[in-house]
Amino acid sequence: MHGADRTPVTGKRVQLMATCLCDAFYADAAKATVEVLEHLGCEVLFPEGQTCCGQPAFNGGDWPASRRVVRHAVRTFSSADPVIVPSGSCAAMMFHGAALEFEREPDLAEVVALGRRTWELGDFIVNGLGVRSWPGRFDASIALHRSCHTRGTGSSDAIALLLGSIAGVRLVEFGEGEQCCGFGGTFSVSFPHISGAMGDLKLDHVRASKPDLLVSGDMSCLMHLGGIADKEGAPLRTMHFAQVLRDAALKTS
Amino acid sequence: MKSQPIDTFAAGVDAGTRASVYGGVKAVYQKRTKVLFDHYADPDRLRALAGEIKQHVVENLDSYLPALEAKLVANGVKVHWAPTAEAACEAVHSIMKARGATKMVKAKTMVSEEIELEDYLRRRGIEPLETDLGEFIVQLDHDHPSHIVAPIIHKNRRQIAETFEKNGLGEYDDEPQVITQRARRFLRHKYLEADVALTGANFIVAESGRVVVVTNEGNSRFCLAATRCHIALIGIEKIVPRDRDLGLFLNLLARSGTGQQLTVYNEFISGPRAPGQPDGPDEMHVVLVDNGRTEALASDCRDILRCIRCGACLNVCPVYRQAGGHAYRSVYPGPVGAVLSPLLLGKRFPEKADLPKASSLCGACNEVCPVNIPIPDLLLRLRDRAHAEGVPSPGTPPMGAWAVLATQPAAWKVALLGGRLINHLPTSLIPVPALRAWESKRTLPPWRGGEFRKWLRTRRRPE
Repeated sequence: MHGADRTPVTGKRVQLMATCLCDAFYADAAKATVEVLEHLGCEVLFPEGQTCCGQPAFNGGDWPASRRVVRHAVRTFSSADPVIVPSGSCAAMMFHGAALEFEREPDLAEVVALGRRTWELGDFIVNGLGVRSWPGRFDASIALHRSCHTRGTGSSDAIALLLGSIAGVRLVEFGEGEQCCGFGGTFSVSFPHISGAMGDLKLDHVRASKPDLLVSGDMSCLMHLGGIADKEGAPLRTMHFAQVLRDAALKTS
Repeated sequence: MKSQPIDTFAAGVDAGTRASVYGGVKAVYQKRTKVLFDHYADPDRLRALAGEIKQHVVENLDSYLPALEAKLVANGVKVHWAPTAEAACEAVHSIMKARGATKMVKAKTMVSEEIELEDYLRRRGIEPLETDLGEFIVQLDHDHPSHIVAPIIHKNRRQIAETFEKNGLGEYDDEPQVITQRARRFLRHKYLEADVALTGANFIVAESGRVVVVTNEGNSRFCLAATRCHIALIGIEKIVPRDRDLGLFLNLLARSGTGQQLTVYNEFISGPRAPGQPDGPDEMHVVLVDNGRTEALASDCRDILRCIRCGACLNVCPVYRQAGGHAYRSVYPGPVGAVLSPLLLGKRFPEKADLPKASSLCGACNEVCPVNIPIPDLLLRLRDRAHAEGVPSPGTPPMGAWAVLATQPAAWKVALLGGRLINHLPTSLIPVPALRAWESKRTLPPWRGGEFRKWLRTRRRPE
């Protein structure tokens, strides 16, 4: 999916693609991403014109609308610096989905080039910067939900490696970890029954492992799972892994 | 807000059926993972290799098919080309008629389901009897298979025992051994009464013309041992180039489909009984079925023709697990069916254009596929096609307004701030149907649009 064809990381200046979900709902996950990257010595640029990666329309089947948004992203992130995304899903949209919907478009090359310099945050820290352990302390047992769009990428292992290296963190396994949480973008509203049932099943497995909190590299999965738990009156503490890294390194020092 | 047909179907599936389906396919998925990863350091490389071989066949079908035909003819096999389901049924019927045959024993073949052969033959006074236990039960129940490998995955043993009782196959007894024994006793003499055996093929080899049929019950062997005429009904995409490719494919098929190292019975059929051979049908026919496959080949979803029908994508699919196979209104359900079934309809594609929507695009299907078909990519291409052809898609939010906002940063920023309104509205008053649908199952987190950007502008930078 995303591997040898990636543009190598040379400098420490990066562009943050905050994602529309963090822009609208999860401000703290975006802040944590900035703080984590700065903790690693990165200079974080935030192109102000950024909006969305184009995935909602891509998954919904409206590719012409999606391509308009991707073209906007190509213009917005035109600098050659790596684009860092605190979401496996939006990152995969940039390096996989967008290339698919631009197969027969004249500007395919620019889209592919943006994909090659786009990284999911955990993947970037471990496989881009070569960081393999994380400082500080965070006392919690954590269930890590490996989001589906990180399949076949280095992200899930990278996130698990970083979290597992933090003093005080205990990663707990849960059943059927390979199964989707049921979010799936527009799927969550056009297949409410199946999406909800998938979410319930994931929550059952997660709760059986009795974690202090549920962590993922994708806020979309957590928004769905946390939202179901909330609606059921049994809220579940959820965090983006960037928030865990930030709290471990900065709140304990 | 309306939901999609498959979601509506899933909501009506009773708990018992869902438990049968979920438990059944999950167990096979787990066996599959174990038998692949325990025995191979890197099964993904095998999947990739098998995928390349099948893709090569798909890309070169135009030369492989005539080569196969020549080989089959040289082996003494009569070859019939069937462009449509109707033509395939006709071919089978005319073979039967020419022999004055009225009784057929069938091994399991999904192509026969696809062309609705049973109905066709029954209307013409021919009795085609299923000999695979699962298919036999489907036939007794006038039901349809809900899985391409395990046709009765949606039934439990109590239901099967009731079916047997109703059909005069003995008093109620739901012991699997008893059920199997009764089916066996009933079927044994049926083999001897039949004139013609019909099988499918798991593979057909271009270089040798060998027809490969695998079963776990040995029923296709009985079919071929007892009858004088063998008809093999085979989709044109079933070709593998060389005999030695079978080492890879039989291995992957069994491991992916049933979690076995190898299927119990593997038959390699090279033609009718040769002079000097003691047994076997004197006459062998191969019916090569197109029925929409060349249209699929001409599309940008041709990769789906690699499929070797192992069912692994059904077993792992969270949507299939919730909805079951009948939700797909197709012979081929699950992820592979969501691509293949609408494609095989050709111009009638819109009738099943909703199937590719029935996926969270989680990618588990691609991860287990023994021929590495990028199923999520194909589902996405078909969604694009459905949209381009103007097929209505209930429940999918319209994207026009979103695309306008997402390409105009100034408007986007206003919307980020304005969205805070939803924090103060009761769900029923939120003017966006998708958000109301969201809230039917989940709460919505507080809207914090603009907060991150403001923080970024105003924070004190760490030194």
